[in-house]
Amino acid sequence: MSDQQDNMGQRADALTDDTATPRDATNWAKAVSRLNVSEVPAGAINLNVTGKRLTSPIQGFGKMWQKTYQVRLPQERVSATDLIATWKQRFPDFWPEGNRFYAPLTGIEPGEVALLNMTLPGRMKLSTGVMVLYADEESFTLMTPQGHMFAGWITFSATEKDGETVAQAQVLMRASDPIFELGLTMGGHRQEDRFWNHTMRQVAAHFGEVAEVDTQVVCVDKRRQWSKWSNVWHSSAIRSTIYMFGAPVRAVRSRLGGKKSA
Amino acid sequence: MTGDMATFDVRQLGPASIVDIRGDVTSGSEDVLMSAYDAAGDAKSIVLNFSELSYMNSGGIGLLVTLLVRANRHSQQLMAFGLSEHYRQIFELTRLDEAVGIHDSEQAALRAAGAG
Repeated sequence: MSDQQDNMGQRADALTDDTATPRDATNWAKAVSRLNVSEVPAGAINLNVTGKRLTSPIQGFGKMWQKTYQVRLPQERVSATDLIATWKQRFPDFWPEGNRFYAPLTGIEPGEVALLNMTLPGRMKLSTGVMVLYADEESFTLMTPQGHMFAGWITFSATEKDGETVAQAQVLMRASDPIFELGLTMGGHRQEDRFWNHTMRQVAAHFGEVAEVDTQVVCVDKRRQWSKWSNVWHSSAIRSTIYMFGAPVRAVRSRLGGKKSA
Repeated sequence: MTGDMATFDVRQLGPASIVDIRGDVTSGSEDVLMSAYDAAGDAKSIVLNFSELSYMNSGGIGLLVTLLVRANRHSQQLMAFGLSEHYRQIFELTRLDEAVGIHDSEQAALRAAGAG
């Protein structure tokens, strides 16, 4: 990695350099084999991210879903590019309470890795992350690593049409493993819809609008990919739970270590 | 990001259908891409020619995933050729290369499809 990339903090390791210069060259993350988090923001838990591979919907287990959430704002209130600039800058502020998105120190830029500390039903904590796969002035896309609840990506975009600026979040994903698939069928879909409805309303509220969220859900593939059942090995839910239960042991070890060094 | 809308022209070559892609592939290309897929009919292999691709964003990659699902559902192979180094890297990054056979040339793709 170059010095510049070192300074950028949570950037994934680039494997190769681009020789061609297509229009979208700077919008895409560089190819990575495994994610690397070099700087962990204060308060964040860096678990289930470092060393993980990215996963597209092709690598997931469950049914494939495309979920689209939209809010419409008057174009005179905000342009598409301004909306995306704000969304990138204030991304964590729009999330529901109890869920933390630790944005990369350099902002939402291609190749940057963000840490997620989520609260699931039953007050279970889950630590994972995402990588910024693509970013331009009108959209940005976050892709999930192994162990994340979903294998896939979510694209945030804004377009101008008929005097309105349409802000959109679109998820293309499969549940990563059989446990998350079960969770989705047992209320997980509803919870996810609530999550993104809240986020979209917050985006609208930021621009002074009380907006209705238009939600569209399409099952792209009804088949489950049983060959991917072993993704459960990477499950961030299981690993986060083990990590949580290990907290007292780590605390004792830390005290003993402290006494020894004193 | 505005540019040329994509066009997808279909050529039938034995058991394979070649889809020549030109212009910008974005989520807005869905209708034309799916029409091209329908025009490809019951071909055993769908071969995507990216030689004239000028731009693709993450919405475009999403479309390819959807196309892959449709092709798999009909027991069709999805292949690609003409990818520049940049787009090859994007296929690797998004791990599309694990499901789409990537070839250096049309001839190589057709040979793999049993049409060469």
